[in-house]
Amino acid sequence: MAQPVVTRPSPEALAKLTPVLTKRWLSPDAWRLDVYERLDGYQALRKALAAHPDELIQLVKDSGLRGRGGAGFPTGMKWGFIPQGQDGKPPAKPHYLVVNADEGEPGTCKDLPLMMADPHSLIEGVIIAAYAIRANHAFIYIRGEAVHAARRLRHAVQEAYKAGYLGRDILGSGFDLDLVVHSGAGAYICGEETALLDSLEGFRGQPRLRPPFPATHGLYASPTVVNNVETIASVPYIVLGGAQWFRSMGTEKSPGPKIYSISGRVNNPGQYECSLGITLRQLIELAGGMQPGHELRFWTPGGSSTPLLTAEHLDVPMDYESMAAAGTMLGTTAVQVFSQHDCPVYATYRWIEFYHHESCGKCTPCREGNYWMKQILRRILAGKGTYEDLDTLLDACDNILGRSFCALGDGATSPVTSSIKYFKQDYLDYIEGRRPPLLDPVEV
Amino acid sequence: MAFSEETRERAREIIARYPAGRSRSALLPLLHLVQSEEGYVSPEGIEFCAELLGLTKAQVNAVATFYTMYKRKPTGEWLISVCTNTMCAVQGGNETYKALSEYLGVGHEETTPDGKFTLEHAECLAACDYAPVMTVNYDFFDNVQASDALEIVKKLQEGERPQPTRGARLCTFKEISLQLAGFPDEREGAVAEGPAGDPTLAGVRLAEQYGISVPGFDPQTPITEPAPGGPGNVTPETAPKPAADRKPAGDDVKGA
Repeated sequence: MAQPVVTRPSPEALAKLTPVLTKRWLSPDAWRLDVYERLDGYQALRKALAAHPDELIQLVKDSGLRGRGGAGFPTGMKWGFIPQGQDGKPPAKPHYLVVNADEGEPGTCKDLPLMMADPHSLIEGVIIAAYAIRANHAFIYIRGEAVHAARRLRHAVQEAYKAGYLGRDILGSGFDLDLVVHSGAGAYICGEETALLDSLEGFRGQPRLRPPFPATHGLYASPTVVNNVETIASVPYIVLGGAQWFRSMGTEKSPGPKIYSISGRVNNPGQYECSLGITLRQLIELAGGMQPGHELRFWTPGGSSTPLLTAEHLDVPMDYESMAAAGTMLGTTAVQVFSQHDCPVYATYRWIEFYHHESCGKCTPCREGNYWMKQILRRILAGKGTYEDLDTLLDACDNILGRSFCALGDGATSPVTSSIKYFKQDYLDYIEGRRPPLLDPVEV
Repeated sequence: MAFSEETRERAREIIARYPAGRSRSALLPLLHLVQSEEGYVSPEGIEFCAELLGLTKAQVNAVATFYTMYKRKPTGEWLISVCTNTMCAVQGGNETYKALSEYLGVGHEETTPDGKFTLEHAECLAACDYAPVMTVNYDFFDNVQASDALEIVKKLQEGERPQPTRGARLCTFKEISLQLAGFPDEREGAVAEGPAGDPTLAGVRLAEQYGISVPGFDPQTPITEPAPGGPGNVTPETAPKPAADRKPAGDDVKGA
């Protein structure tokens, strides 16, 4: 493996670094309970258990924490939607907390390293969140293939039970919580929260019609909060440092630190926890600059489901609002960087193969649309495309976006429409024979 | 039925993890458990799950066929998954897959005649910062080019178990299926194996190198602190200066 490249980033870029959730990763054994405890571990839990659950929901609301799984929904509001019993009577149905650890959006690689390096921070967040929403049963639905992270997580859960952080009467508070780590079995769609719930109930992972929302009809048709790993892992720090401290990072509408995952044609790809609103120019500086001989050509701000951007967007802040204004989405802050040596048509083709493979088949626009878009992209890359193919692709996108049952179909249109928008000439080069076919025409 | 008493006992343990009356939630882990004994989801395994959960075989089949990790045919001792999603593909994943396919003489989801290897091309494995990657029974080999991949497979053929880049020493497909069913890795020291790689630590090392931490962190901050000016009015420029010189968790015992 190449040695990391050492360059000095500008002071502006360095000022964006906010080591909070990633801080403990430097301690090699932070995954062990004893080390975690020495590094302030489970202090937030003690503090939280001394507070009223409603105070914790208010605290998270005040912090402005927004979902880190892609959608950016305000976390405190989500918690507040859970119906609580009135007049001191317990709620009619049990509540559940489900952590979405089904990381798989192409480009996204932040939750698995977090669970590897610091699994107890997630568990501590789970206990606090479950206490706040009054859930006595929590699940971490972890992607099946992530056996390395699941191994650490299961070990950490065992340790937490033994130490009295899980189970009956946690730390003498009277609060009970059981936590199950549940491995998936290879289906990207299970990252969609209602598909995840169906999968967790033992069904095919297909999304549910909303409303009703999980807040009232979630797991086992009971009130359920589904939160991403990074969202829940942020909670202990908010409990310790307070809402105002949390808001000292990020922007007014997108507060807090965020783990940006940068991959591709940069010198030092990896995880960079930064203030929300860092620009790509600054992030590339932190990542040691572009690789020699590579110039930025296109990039995803938050995984393959977020429309591509180009070099003209180097200085757009990567927060929820600014990304939306630029015609894309912040997504999971999975920044994939491609250069002039990478073909946007081929990149799109591979992503559409992915969406075709992962489409759950429930709704026609996504199932059929991705199937046909894949055929068309193959044809273009094999030198057999026509001008009509571009119209057909855009027409297919029109019929998928907003007409699919869930966001998987919508997301699939992002690379297609954005690559045609910015790189139509690349498509034309294949169609008009200026560029040699990338795929074997015989196989098409 | 062929399932051992040990497996039946494990199945009962799995079902007990879920709330009363919600035993169907145990279906995914039970299918992993079936693979831990059979090496794939066999017809007997379908029947086993159906019987335990009071479902029809058709209901179990419908679930088993939905998920990529449930194999419909006997799977090799070593399941080799090469990521060929965009980021890995453009950095060498395509060539790696092709080289392995030629060397082993098998295509996607095919198993070598000796039952040792099953090859598949995988979709994004959530390790783009380590691209290109491949996994053996789902444990990661990072920054793998075709020649590295061939070397790994040759070692496996010679009876060695090459150490994954991240994660513990290799398990067989059946062994890892038991972990997927929710059972802890009992191998001595296995949980400790697999240090975080350079990409994982890139940002936090940079912060350490330049002495950067987030100011104003005071773990004694009351949970019900009053928010002067109301929430939303605090911007980085106007944020209160740290009252105490506290640093975020981890500063004191770094590298312990």
